[in-house]
Formats: sequence, C-alpha cells, structure tokens
Amino acid sequence: MVTKSSSAGRPAKRKNPLGIFGTMSHLALVIWAILIIGPILWTFLASFKTNTEIFGDPLALPASFGWDAWGRAWEKAHIGQYMLNTVFVVACSTAATMLLGSMAAYVLARYTFPGNRLIYFLFVSGMTFPVFLALVPLFFVVKNLGLLDTHLGVILVYTAYSLPFTVFFLSAFFKTLPTSVAEAAMMDGCSHTRTFFQIMVPMAKPGLISITIFNILGQWNQYLLPIVLLSGNVENKWLITQGVANISTSAGYEADWPGMFAALSIAIIPVMFIYIIFQRQIQSGLTSGAVK
Amino acid sequence: MRHGRYPFIVGFLAAPVLLYVVFVVSPYIQAFYISLTNWKGISANPQFIGLENYSNLLNDEVFWAAVRHHGVLLLVMPLVTIVIALFFSFLLNVGGGQRGGQMAGVWGSKVYRVIFFLPQVLAVAIVGALFQAIYRPDETGVINGLLGKVGIDPVGWLIDPNIALLAIIAVMVWQAVGFYVVLFSAGMSTIPKDVFEAAALDGAGRFTLFFKITLPLLWDTMQVAWVYLGIAAFDAFALVQVLSVDRGGPDNSTTVLPLEIWRTAFSFSKFGYASAMGVALFFMTITFAALTLRVTRRERIEF
Repeated sequence: MVTKSSSAGRPAKRKNPLGIFGTMSHLALVIWAILIIGPILWTFLASFKTNTEIFGDPLALPASFGWDAWGRAWEKAHIGQYMLNTVFVVACSTAATMLLGSMAAYVLARYTFPGNRLIYFLFVSGMTFPVFLALVPLFFVVKNLGLLDTHLGVILVYTAYSLPFTVFFLSAFFKTLPTSVAEAAMMDGCSHTRTFFQIMVPMAKPGLISITIFNILGQWNQYLLPIVLLSGNVENKWLITQGVANISTSAGYEADWPGMFAALSIAIIPVMFIYIIFQRQIQSGLTSGAVK
Repeated sequence: MRHGRYPFIVGFLAAPVLLYVVFVVSPYIQAFYISLTNWKGISANPQFIGLENYSNLLNDEVFWAAVRHHGVLLLVMPLVTIVIALFFSFLLNVGGGQRGGQMAGVWGSKVYRVIFFLPQVLAVAIVGALFQAIYRPDETGVINGLLGKVGIDPVGWLIDPNIALLAIIAVMVWQAVGFYVVLFSAGMSTIPKDVFEAAALDGAGRFTLFFKITLPLLWDTMQVAWVYLGIAAFDAFALVQVLSVDRGGPDNSTTVLPLEIWRTAFSFSKFGYASAMGVALFFMTITFAALTLRVTRRERIEF
C-alpha cells in the first residue's frame, strides 16, 4: 500500500503502513552486506596480526600495522611470481580467445557455406558438457604434444575452452550489426579480412568488451585446469589460485598464518579493484552469459 | 559473393576449429572410449573391458556417497540461493514502493547490489581458503569466536561429518546469491512498471505484489537460475577440494564426483575408471537439465 506521491522528481514523504516490513528488510540487507564484507575485511586485518594475535581473539584488531607478512607472502611464498605468471597466461589466452573467437563468430554469423551450422553447433555444444568428462584425455593430449607443465599448454587449453561461449555470444552480436556498412566497404574494394578488422571489429566493440571481461575473470579464477596441467614439479610456473590454495592447505603445518592471510589479500585485491571499476560491465556481462 | 570468399572463410576458421577439435572435442570423444578400458597407467596398455568399470561403479561406496551429496546439493543449494536472491532482488527493485510515480527499490539499493555481487568475482579456490580460516574448529575461527562471546561451545564446522557438507553449501550460497540478485533484477526490469503501479493503486501490498505479480512473471528467469545452480551443484570441485578436510572428508562426508574423478585419475592413475565416473557425471548433468526444463515448463505469460 503506497500513498500517491505529490510530484515527480522529488521523492514524496510518505507514511509507510508496513513500517515494520521496511525496517526488517533493511536489517536483512545490512546483515547480508556484513556477511559479505566481514570475511574479506577480516582477512585483510589478519594479515597485519602476529601469529599469537591470530590464535587469540579472532575479533580483536591487530596491535600494529606492518607490512612484514605481505613482504613474506610476496617473496617467500612466491605470490609475486604466481601473480606475474597468471597475468602473463591470462593476457595471452584472453587475447587469443578474443582474436580466434571473434574471427570464427564473424564467419559463422555472416557467411553462408556448407557446414556452417555444423561448426556452429560443434562450438555451442561445448558449453553444455562438464569439463570433468574430458579431464583424463585432455591431460594426455597435452602431454603427448609435449606441452604439459608449460604455460603455452595452459594458454592453448584456456583458449580452446573459452571458445564455445565466446563464439556463441559474439556470433549473436555480429548478427545484430547492420549489413550495409560492410557491403559498402566491400564495394569500395575492401578485402574480407580488412572489412573484418577495420570495420566490423570497431563496430562490435561493446560486445567485445563485455566478453573480454568475462573471459579475463573466468581464466583468472580458473583452478582445475592449472592443477591438472601444471601438476609436475614446476612450482615456479604455478598460477595464483593454485598457489593460494596450496598455501592454505599446507598452512596447518607451517607457522606463518599472517603470511597466508597476506597471500590471500594479495590475490583478492586486484580482482576487487577491477570489479569496482568495471562493476557495471561485469554484472551485465556475466548475467547476459546466464540468459542464453 | 565474389573472389576470395572461400579462402577467407577457411583462413578465419582454420585456427579456432583446429584448436577446439584438438583440446575440446577429441577429449570428450576419447573419454567415452577410455571409460570402457582398464587403463591404469602410462606404461600399461589399455585393454577393452566393456562395461566392467560401470558395474564396479555400482558397488563403489564412495561413488554412491558422492552421488548422495549431489542429491543434497541439488535440493538445498538452489532452493536456499533462489529464495534469498528473490527476496533481496524484490527489495532492491520494487520494495521501496512508489517514488515519484515509479516503483523503486529500497534506499541504497545500488550500493547493496555492488556489495552482494562481489563474491562472484572472487576465485572459488580463494573463497575456499578464506572460509577455511572462518570455519576453524576452535575459538580462533571467526564464527566460533563470535559464538564464544555469547557462551556457545565451538562447533566443528568442517570436521563434523554431519554438518561439513552443509557448511560447504553455505559458502556456495554466500558466493552465488549476488549473481542471482542481479539476474532476477534483470528479469524484473522486463516486467512493465505499470503492472506494479496498477496493482499498487488498487491497494495491493508488498506481499501481494511479490506473490501474485513478481513470482509468476519471473518464472522463466527462475527456471534459468535453477538449471544454472543445478549444474553448479554437479561441479563444486574447487570448494570441496580446498575447504574440506582430507579432500572430501571427514570420512568422505563431503566428497563430490568431480573430486573423485580428479583423485581417481591423478592420484591413483585409474584412468579408465575415472572416465567412467566422468560419463556418469555427464549423464546426470544432462538428465537434470532436461528434467528441469520439462517439469518447470509452464505457459508463457506474454506481456
């Protein structure tokens, strides 16, 4: 039940007959927000604590704020190395995914040729299959190519597994672009390839950006593929999620808890940073991925 | 069209298709064959053994424990997530009543949306590591520390086989809710505002607005959400691997099929058997998706 507002623009003061409901709903929202922020904030704070403080009252603030644990996590626990590895791998595989994915999507969306539908469905069906089904043979395919325990292997696999959704999303996008511009360019003697790179790609920019963010986040957060593909004795090649998970599962035996929380914080911060800047695009990109 | 068309098509498709066939299509196809062999290691020659792996699966206690856990996950996780997400997205979109002649969310809804979605962008492995510290079984864990302040004894969140799986499900819900708030918000924004406004003018309260208008008109989006959460319930690998004690423990009380596949293949080198589990997982996922889409099919409401 709502009273009529007096004028548009300025929110009208209104007496809410469901006042209790209003208060309760705000309470629920605040509690959930605290449940989200609390654990993350607590992790940051714990990275400044000493070991003794960590085993004391979990809700107490650290006595002093020093960056020792962060330095230890970066250097000794190799979080810096894992971070650089991940940046390298994700940069390469996202670039490859976007290049190959948009090429394939463009051809499949705008050209008719025998086998077009077949290739399209081959790509799209990859979205529905659980990756665990392919795990064993994938390991041996990569091994037989001599790419096990290499970043190149991870990059190729990331790219291949990102193609289904990228092709699906971008071919729908390319279909919505007007044909007249491309046709005019071709009339003027532009080759197919040039038309694509100089006319279609710039026109498809909004779609390309949201799917790029989607792929960066997905590949950055990947855990299963690195632990399978970098499973040998190659700790210096590990990726960030692998490194953090390993520190946390072995932390029980080692003493450096603040170091572990610093490692976690280091892994969380860049993603939070990107999220806060791009949260609009990320939310719309990820949810448009869900509504197929 | 004209010259250069076919070379162009082939040139543009060759690399992506090759990469995709080598790393995605061929492994999927091989998996079905490997599941019919007794392949145990790199040196041993795999022998074709027909359905033996599958009959062994039927007598495998751990396999059935994993299947049971997927059942629990399928029932609890999507239901809790959807109920919480629906409640919040209703509040954030129309819960504020009419403002300036339009239905609006409660005060601060934009900020809440940004915060709620945040866990979605964190890596599952990192979320697992985070909650390991939060769930610690003594007073040094955050939750037990809080409980201690009100005089409740520490709970062994992850070491008690009776509640370990539920503790893991809670983390999944924690991470997923924000995504579905955004998804349902998108669904609600396609419902014409005047439907709400007309109902509100007719004196419909928030409860009527929710149950009589929002819920039926959101049915399609909820169906998508259910399928997605269901598929997530069949996955759940990273969280269980990082968070649970003894990887799937205690006493296999939290194990899931992906974890067993990974462990059977890469710890015990039983590749044939692991692939048979993969095929079982594949059919479970497909059956679930097909069933859900059929059961939840309703007449579409056009607007």
